[in-house]
Amino acid sequence: MATPVLDKSDAAGKPEPGFADSPYITVTFRIRRFNPEVAAEASWEDFQLEIDPKERVLDALHKIKWDLDGTLTFRRSCAHGICGSDAMRINGKNRLACKTLIKDINPEKPITVEAIKGLTVLKDLVVDMEPFFQAYRDVMPFLITKDTNEPTRERLQTAEDRERFDDTTKCILCAACTTSCPVFWNDGQYFGPAAIVNAHRFIFDSRDEAGEQRLEILNDRDGVWRCRTTFNCTDACPRGIEVTKAIAEVKRALITRRY
Amino acid sequence: MSTSEKTAAGVGPVEGGAVYTVDNPAPFIEAPRKRTKKTPKSTRGNFELAAWLFMRLSGVVLVVLVLGHLLIQLVLDGGVSKIGFAFVAGRWASPFWQVWDLLMLWLAMLHGANGLRTVINDYAERANTRLWLKGLLYTATVFTILLGTLVIFTFDPNIR
Repeated sequence: MATPVLDKSDAAGKPEPGFADSPYITVTFRIRRFNPEVAAEASWEDFQLEIDPKERVLDALHKIKWDLDGTLTFRRSCAHGICGSDAMRINGKNRLACKTLIKDINPEKPITVEAIKGLTVLKDLVVDMEPFFQAYRDVMPFLITKDTNEPTRERLQTAEDRERFDDTTKCILCAACTTSCPVFWNDGQYFGPAAIVNAHRFIFDSRDEAGEQRLEILNDRDGVWRCRTTFNCTDACPRGIEVTKAIAEVKRALITRRY
Repeated sequence: MSTSEKTAAGVGPVEGGAVYTVDNPAPFIEAPRKRTKKTPKSTRGNFELAAWLFMRLSGVVLVVLVLGHLLIQLVLDGGVSKIGFAFVAGRWASPFWQVWDLLMLWLAMLHGANGLRTVINDYAERANTRLWLKGLLYTATVFTILLGTLVIFTFDPNIR
């Protein structure tokens, strides 16, 4: 049927006219630089690179750091979308630099890269994650059981019970959701989507027995009720977690358990 | 075999013995921040929950009340030109319309005030700004609700 077939004359080895031999294109990266030892204000700096558009933004940052300007500072650990270190605001949207291909974000125009919003910038793309992790710790993201004895066998649960919170186990704590939330941007007191997602992961775990406590924590003035369902978090999540839905489920659990 | 050998991070050989002993305990992991009276004010009680729920419920009721109100006042029976002192006096002679208007007044004012309260909470950055804006909001709300309620209940059609 309509299977694309390689044209014989092209396959003969003669490259199509206008088709560059090199896959490299010139891309401008406009990076928000901040170094408190040099200037009090952050400023944009442009870097031009010859790069394969099938590479990732993280590769471009590496190229800049290794070949052009060694002072460029950013976090990255695994570089494969699991550790959650390199969340940044790329072309105005929170993404993982290691999961964003350059060809997908319009390389014809300058690509802007800046630190995630709402947290204090320490240097260039590195922010102070402490408020984020404080909110995470506040929801007690670990299994709590009333039985204080050490278990003698595995804590079992059915496949359905596991499925209940499967979506929220995917969180890698990259902070892309929390720092895309306009409510968090204001004063940073809101628990933020990531903390609620991780509370959700235990609240709806049949093995956990501190759901009520966690719900009480999120019933706070800065808890789930500050969510305005703008869906920024769901859009930003590099793991595809339905964050706003998880927040809504926590709200519903609070209402049904109170009334 | 050197089971006691460990790296700076306290990680021992994979198949070695326990890395941590009585003399070399595992690093202490602090408990999460305890929420006591002194930790940044967390609101006990279900006020935010109730406010959230009120917004949804009052919203649903207001759809009926306000659309009905607009229909009666502006569309049906000659439209807006019919409205006058006599029209209002005639409507408020019936307890049904008194209750309708009273309910609409209270729900709309509280719904709007609560919405503005969340807007102020979200957008006002300084505590003082918040305090003043909310003070102004609550004053205006209470004033309007009280005045409206007073008028509905003390309305005198024979006033000269």
